[in-house]
Amino acid sequence: MSAVQEILAIAPVVLIGLLATAVMVVDALIRQSARLSFWLSVVGLLGVAAAAVWTLPASGTVLSGMLSSGGMAALFDIVFAAAGVLTLLAARPYLEREGREYDEFYALLLFALAGAIILAHAAHLVVFFLGIELLSVSFYVLAGYFRTQPRSVEAALKYFLLGAFATGFLLYGIAMVYGSTGAMGYESVAARLQRGSPLPMLLGIGVGLLLVGIGFKIAVVPFHQWVPDVYQGAPTVVTAFMSTVGKAAVVVALVPIFEALRPALDWKLQSAVAVLSAATILLGNVLAVVQRNLKRMLAYSSIAHAGYLLMGVVAQSERGWAGMLFYAVAYVFMQMGAFVVVALVEQENEHRLELNDYAGLSRQHPALAAMMAVFLFSLTGLPPFAGFFGKYFLFTAAIEAGYTWLAVVAVLGTMVSAYFYLGVLVAMYFREPAAPIAIQTGTAKATLWLSTAAVLLLGLFPMTLLGLLQRFL
Amino acid sequence: MEWLLVAALAVPLVGFLAVLLIPREQVGMIRWVSLLLSLLTLVAAVGVWLHFDPQQPGFQLVTNVRWIEALDVGFRIGVDGISLLLVGLTALLMPIAILASWEPIQHRQKEYYAMMLLLEAAMLGVFVALDTFLFYVFWELVLIPMYFIIGIWGGGNRVYAALKFFLYTLVGSLLMLVAIVWLGVYAEQHAGGFTADFERLRQMAPTLPLELQRWLFWAFALSFCIKVPLFPLHTWLPDAHVEAPTAGSVILAGVLLKMGTYGLVRYNLELFPQASFEYASLLAWLGVVGIVYGALVAFAQRDMKKLIAYSSVSHLGFIVLGIFSMTVEGLQGALIQMVNHGLSTGMLFLCVGVLYERRHTRELAEFGGLVRIMPVFAVFLALAVLSSAGLPGLNGFVGEFLSLLGAARSPFLASFAYAGVGVLGVILAAAYLLKFYHATMFGEVSNPHNYHLRDVSRLEVVQFLPLVVLFFWIGLYPGPFLRTSELASKALVAKLEQLRFGTTNIVLPQPQTAPAVQPQKLLEELLRQRPPLPPENAPR
Repeated sequence: MSAVQEILAIAPVVLIGLLATAVMVVDALIRQSARLSFWLSVVGLLGVAAAAVWTLPASGTVLSGMLSSGGMAALFDIVFAAAGVLTLLAARPYLEREGREYDEFYALLLFALAGAIILAHAAHLVVFFLGIELLSVSFYVLAGYFRTQPRSVEAALKYFLLGAFATGFLLYGIAMVYGSTGAMGYESVAARLQRGSPLPMLLGIGVGLLLVGIGFKIAVVPFHQWVPDVYQGAPTVVTAFMSTVGKAAVVVALVPIFEALRPALDWKLQSAVAVLSAATILLGNVLAVVQRNLKRMLAYSSIAHAGYLLMGVVAQSERGWAGMLFYAVAYVFMQMGAFVVVALVEQENEHRLELNDYAGLSRQHPALAAMMAVFLFSLTGLPPFAGFFGKYFLFTAAIEAGYTWLAVVAVLGTMVSAYFYLGVLVAMYFREPAAPIAIQTGTAKATLWLSTAAVLLLGLFPMTLLGLLQRFL
Repeated sequence: MEWLLVAALAVPLVGFLAVLLIPREQVGMIRWVSLLLSLLTLVAAVGVWLHFDPQQPGFQLVTNVRWIEALDVGFRIGVDGISLLLVGLTALLMPIAILASWEPIQHRQKEYYAMMLLLEAAMLGVFVALDTFLFYVFWELVLIPMYFIIGIWGGGNRVYAALKFFLYTLVGSLLMLVAIVWLGVYAEQHAGGFTADFERLRQMAPTLPLELQRWLFWAFALSFCIKVPLFPLHTWLPDAHVEAPTAGSVILAGVLLKMGTYGLVRYNLELFPQASFEYASLLAWLGVVGIVYGALVAFAQRDMKKLIAYSSVSHLGFIVLGIFSMTVEGLQGALIQMVNHGLSTGMLFLCVGVLYERRHTRELAEFGGLVRIMPVFAVFLALAVLSSAGLPGLNGFVGEFLSLLGAARSPFLASFAYAGVGVLGVILAAAYLLKFYHATMFGEVSNPHNYHLRDVSRLEVVQFLPLVVLFFWIGLYPGPFLRTSELASKALVAKLEQLRFGTTNIVLPQPQTAPAVQPQKLLEELLRQRPPLPPENAPR
């Protein structure tokens, strides 16, 4: 392939990089450019999605095996671009209400998306690291975006310190994998391991450290402590964005790494991941039960969802990966939707986030409450919504791999989760409103409708996405 | 004529969407549209019944559309004699329930009727699904509308009752989900491919090793027994019934509970026969305990709805006993009892609703001597009570009698004790139901609030009449109903006896073949047949 062809094959990566830079430059050159930045970002992301669709059919690797192109990577480019657009649409009325619509926000969001997209394309441990760092650093800043609010600043600092710590683990892991195999590209690592690892001990430690680092990023127990404070302290739309895209990006990057390392993974590691997955599901759900603050409750539930996602890693089969990725996509839409509803009900300065504030929401805003109900039912894993099908597929993979007990733990966790998700429904539908709730939806309405449609369509016709996932795996 | 069954399922769903699109101010239109579409569903269900050939074994009016190829999940629906009766019951009770909501439901009508229609579609789906995935989807979908119906339009303690209902039933069904997935994976490893197809699972089922059948049996049975509800899993039922609005109670008792007993027949007996032999006596005893316990507790109740709720526990005990007698009589009795209980308990709840609408209380002590004030109502209530008590000549007798007969003659249970204790339930039923009737209807009109109660309105009579007609029809001439399910019951029992004893006395009619076999058709038929399953320990 010529250089031009290679660049074209990874057009989405190039475009998102250019777009993020352009928005930053616009911000520097033009005064009062928030509106321009907003529209530039939306149109640019649609362009990224279009480029991803265009590169979808031809999958391969480019730039001497550093980046993968097309196929799964392009599919997730589309998902991330869509999630970006949804966040932008939801962020605008939110920031306007808070009186903080500066265009750094849009630039930072795009840089985070660039990190996610690079992660989806990673075919080399260094690129993987680069993507994760770009994503994380943008998140640190975004978490502290309300820089006059102590809670937001605290969230940013906590996130940064613990995240930096996790990065250390990740780098150590990468170094040790390199030390034992002498390669960092996924293909060459896999090729070396086929011939047998010369230093199995070092490799084992490396894989373990990688897992710790990744566990940190997607909030797996016992590396989850940062999540509730950070998710609660960050601006709500930022939480919506980083709890969904952040998790999905790491999950999609993890598949090729574990595929490459497969010869080095034995049943011991598999069992260890299974135990982590079970602990994450149980702890996340149980701790969510006692939360009265909705942001915090969804934060704990997002920990639990990381546990469900890990079931795919436990299975390590094609079905496991497909289930995990399907669940990740479903999760992006349902969790995003739920957080956006929270962002809309919320008032300036973190008010109206308690469960009691949702009393009688369905009387005053029936459509909003109904959509929240759809997201919550989907998060619980009830049919016919997307979350149910994702869980079904993950259970299938876990049982197929001989981990029936993990599936049983997962359903026990689901029962617990039903309790606190229903708590929100009880407030919205069964209680009478205390005071009128004024809500300015603005463009966020589009986010909610699109997310609802996605949750329903993915639940009723899962085969479209599943077929694509299976084709590209 | 397959479209008839699809229509029965689709019409309420269309109604659900239609009601959502009507502006909420137009209450009249919402009500009429709901009633009309539920009646249309009834017409479709009657059409299904007319096109159903009771002489043909197996499922009829089958539709099979591929849905999720990767997991061999399909939109597979069809009816046999067992499910057809329940489809009919559902389609009949829903318009009555909608009529019963006409006056009492005075706020948020749009959401209410949308939920009722969604509930109807989901319940019908449970009965006609021939695919474990699809079955589970409908099974869980039932929870959502019922949860809202209890929680929004229920009584004072509705939130607690709704939550209890939801969590109780979810606990059971999630374990069933694991078992459903597990069965699919087993099929992949032993029968050539992951599947959710009920027919394929049924063929594979007898080859499942017993120790696997044991836990799968319980994973399914737990879910169904909670729904039934079988003693000692029944505690959610009185709460749900007391708090639900009248129509919600009618549907809950009339149809929702039958989903549990239907599941026991369709999934536990069909898929795990060997485990069923092992646990038949345990479940039959639980059924018997439920009969007596439910009756005794019902006797002690002062709240009318609680009384009827516990009487349901008792009546459902007969059904479970009949099912696990695994005889043709017992199974047939259980099936007809499912319909009967739906009709008579539905009517009892309607009657309580009539009183509640007038007095806003359900305490037995508040009433008395109403026969002089509401004479027409007294007649209807008498019919409901007698039908529920199993008076010969009315419907209730047929089912209880057959269930007990089956239990007594069952070669699986091999003991008269079940029927001997179970028959106490019939006596106790007469006792608590007559006490109920006596306390409300006879005696002096002691409470001045009751002096000027209106007798039943025309709207209420319209709700009662179809039920009364069926009371007498099934009581005097149960033939058409029993025949509908006869072949399906016989086939199931024959299969069970064959597996247990290696022989069976039941003679099944040979499938009728066309008089002149056309070679073309024969070839098509041969091509359509699946290859036989490999033996259990064949190499993968």
